[in-house]
Amino acid sequence: MSELIIDGKPLAFVEGQTVAAALVAAGRVSWRTTRVGHRPRGVFCGIGVCFDCLVAIDGVGGQRACLIPAREGMTVTTEESTDE
Amino acid sequence: MTSKVVVVGAGVVGAACAFHAASAGLDVTVVDRGAVGAGTTSRGEGNVLLSDKEPGPELDLARLSRALWEEAGEELGSDSIELEAKGGLVVASTAEGLTALRGFALRQATAGVRTEPVEHVRDIEPHLAPGLPGGIHYPQDAQVQPVLAAAAMLHAAVARGARFHTGEIAAAVMGRGDRLTGVRTVAGDVLPADAVVNAAGTWGGEVGRRLGASIEVLPRRGFVLVTEPLPRMVRHKVYSADYVANVASSDAGLETSCVVEGTRGGTILIGASRERVGFDTTMNPAVVARLAAQACRLFPFLRGIHLIRTYRGFRPYCPDHLPVIGPDPRAPGVIHACGHEGAGIGLAPATGALVTAHLLGRSWRGADPAAHTGLLPDRFFTSGGTSK
Repeated sequence: MSELIIDGKPLAFVEGQTVAAALVAAGRVSWRTTRVGHRPRGVFCGIGVCFDCLVAIDGVGGQRACLIPAREGMTVTTEESTDE
Repeated sequence: MTSKVVVVGAGVVGAACAFHAASAGLDVTVVDRGAVGAGTTSRGEGNVLLSDKEPGPELDLARLSRALWEEAGEELGSDSIELEAKGGLVVASTAEGLTALRGFALRQATAGVRTEPVEHVRDIEPHLAPGLPGGIHYPQDAQVQPVLAAAAMLHAAVARGARFHTGEIAAAVMGRGDRLTGVRTVAGDVLPADAVVNAAGTWGGEVGRRLGASIEVLPRRGFVLVTEPLPRMVRHKVYSADYVANVASSDAGLETSCVVEGTRGGTILIGASRERVGFDTTMNPAVVARLAAQACRLFPFLRGIHLIRTYRGFRPYCPDHLPVIGPDPRAPGVIHACGHEGAGIGLAPATGALVTAHLLGRSWRGADPAAHTGLLPDRFFTSGGTSK
């Protein structure tokens, strides 16, 4: 198993998994909230269309977790950790 | 005095007509060939603007409508229709442009619009490009989610006894002597009525023809771009001063002048193009590229932001760019309420109130037929009822 770093903590993944798949496999199904009402958001479409699963990867924001393959040592930051 | 009315069209204008007419105690039936807001209502941005209108009949209606949106918000729940008095900011890109904009704003102010000159536009909209010479803040400009608003008004109308038939297409009017007795549908059903409202938006020309009251309503295609969801970066409806000139233009070619605003979902909407291409729904990447480039010039941070989709729709306009609202002099019982171009969302409540006033034969919720004669269909016809 390889590991990436999400919000400062290690997360194990299987080679070939996307970032979103790794998160869901670890039991985490939401990592963003809506601006109004703070309703939970995670993978909705899973194919890059809905932009619900956005994360920052290695400092670049607005990345779709469902499209980006997980890589050893990559740094993922969720909006939940950066939001006011 | 009318008691039974059929409204053709379940867009935001038809819904507002039904809402006001049912509130006035009239017996209302709404028919639409499709779903609520399936036409132009769902293809715009939800503009409730005073800022883009010059003094005249449209601004008079817009001022009333702004007040009636506030009332509708109180009644239906501002949150549920996403009614937000965010204000508009019109920015000039050159010193000459700013002089023209200030002159325009001065004329609007004398017509009752609140205008506030802004010297440093980045004080109120921090992510704008540096170096813009100034602008005008219009605190009354607002935003509403058009489909939610149409559905909420229709729902309230139904709660007051109105009926809504989806999938039903108006075919013709029936009458006896000089009196309307009903509307026949394509399926052959007859809906008894003594008045019918043509609220078919861009398709108002065709519906008018079926009702024996043809009018000229033409489509102008407009694109809207949608970005990925972001934290709050754009606070007002921000647009370039060129927008006003384009709205008033009849040019057949492509015109773009960007309007940028944030939504409650976090996405940023970028409008607005205008093209006269008939009912052609084809994607046009050149329009998307131009709108995006203009938006990036206003808000440089957008260069690093993804577009996630675009949509487009047809803005219904009459040859003189004013909506047509009122009884048709050639066809007893037929009332038009269409041709609002890009302002239909903003003008919907006042249109509904004005139509209701025409139906009642007296003022309704501040809408006095005698105060809005400039919008009557009569302007297109000579006294004999023939086309000018």
